[in-house]
Amino acid sequence: MSQNREFFLRKLHSLLGVIPVGLFLLVHLGVNYFSVRGEEEYNQAVAFMEGLPFRYAMEIFIIFIPILFHAIYGLYIAFQARHNTGTYSYFRNWMFRLQRTTGVITLIFVAWHVWDTRIAAALGQEVNFDMMADIVANPVALVAYIIGITATTFHFANGLWSFAITWGITVSPRSQQISTYITLGIFVLLTFVGIRSILAFVM
Amino acid sequence: MSEKMIHLIITRQKDGEGGSYKEEFKLPYRENMNVISALMEIRRNPVNANGEDTTAVSWEASCLEEVCGACSMVINGKPRQSCTALVDQLEQPIRLEPMKTFPVVRDLVVDRSRMFDSLKRVKAWVPIDGTYDLGPGPRMPEAKRQWAYELSKCMTCGVCLEACPNVNDKSEFIGPAALSQVRLFNAHPTGAMHKAERLNTLMDGDGGLSNCGNSQNCVQACPKGIPLTTSIAALNRDTTLQSFKNFFGSDNNF
Ligand code: HEM
Ligand code: SF4
Ligand code: FES
Repeated sequence: MSQNREFFLRKLHSLLGVIPVGLFLLVHLGVNYFSVRGEEEYNQAVAFMEGLPFRYAMEIFIIFIPILFHAIYGLYIAFQARHNTGTYSYFRNWMFRLQRTTGVITLIFVAWHVWDTRIAAALGQEVNFDMMADIVANPVALVAYIIGITATTFHFANGLWSFAITWGITVSPRSQQISTYITLGIFVLLTFVGIRSILAFVM
Repeated sequence: MSEKMIHLIITRQKDGEGGSYKEEFKLPYRENMNVISALMEIRRNPVNANGEDTTAVSWEASCLEEVCGACSMVINGKPRQSCTALVDQLEQPIRLEPMKTFPVVRDLVVDRSRMFDSLKRVKAWVPIDGTYDLGPGPRMPEAKRQWAYELSKCMTCGVCLEACPNVNDKSEFIGPAALSQVRLFNAHPTGAMHKAERLNTLMDGDGGLSNCGNSQNCVQACPKGIPLTTSIAALNRDTTLQSFKNFFGSDNNF
């Protein structure tokens, strides 16, 4: 392993994007959707998540450290590219570019989102329906949330497409074409779930 | 009758030291010209569009039938072979630039050494030298030979590297061409005797296979229609397995 450090780091980056960070994203979006069912059910769901055993250990090892590694190494990868969609305006080249752009947007969004919720919670504020409703009562924050959610779901869904190539799961052009459709479907679905949840706090 | 002219805008550079500039040329039109014959016309009569004497533009070419790759340059914004770039099919003015992925030697001549170094790095050949006659190698099924032939068409022209957003001055990425050659030589019955070695080379050091970010420009740009992205994905599968073998140990690891 001494010689193939870069190979190892790249594979780790790819794996962490799906397990655990991608799985966490799915759970997170799923729990958020309780907002659609109203304040009470949402608060119950949040209380359940907060009451999980080993909560802090799970937050640190399943969420915080993997995201941090994926984000920092992801920035390094993202800024290595010299984008050329002007000359080569192919679909996949645009996806390549958007994967990197949405990674950066996701990083900014997640940092702000953590600041607004977890850090606020650490400072004594209670995490509940009202907290989110207060945040997105500001239209600027609401728009920022919608952009942030969309960027994240895109990055995850399109990331699944490249994950399947990175690990040699989809090899033939046809399999990659099919996974383009599937991951595009995942993007639309998750974006719907995410945006519907956040809109529930203003309606 | 007013004579039909060809208008060329060429990005020139005296030597490898940089300092590029553009020079325009107007040449009398002839039928069936390609970019090479236009450049030959400039060599015959090196006068620029202002009527000033200038130095002849340097370029490279060899086969003149799109099999050697030497004449690659950026024509109207896209890298391609100048020998098969027909003037009648090009929008005027025709803009010629050297590929920017490689160091410029002079004018349109670039140094593609990095590609040949990459082929050496991955051992893109079938090693048969020994102290005794190894005899004929195993036969390859005809269907496989036909498939391998497509991969073997690579002429190291550099177009796929030029098109790749991850091949640039900020990255060490080896680029698609040499990767696909690993797949070719690993598929060869005799070449396969060094399969693990080639795969490990792609995993070792910086700029190997894992630097691919799947923009898939290469497969669109390759003039030979080589399935570069399929090769890359297939190698991802092979190196994934190889890395498991390396890590967990295997009694079948060669
Ligand atoms: C919710 C958070 C995130 C999730 C779920 C996520 C997920 C993923 C997935 C699944 C991949 C595909 C891996 C592969 O191609 O094999 C990926 C790739 C990538 N991610 Fe993330 N990611 C997240 C955050 C970020 C952040 C904050 C950045 C920072 C800029 C980032 C940068 C990248 C880059 C550059 C790639 C492309 C890697 C490559 O092509 O080699 N990601 N991400
Ligand atoms: S793979 Fe295609 S584009 Fe790349 S060097 Fe070979 S022939 Fe040229
Ligand atoms: S001269 Fe050989 S490819 Fe053009």
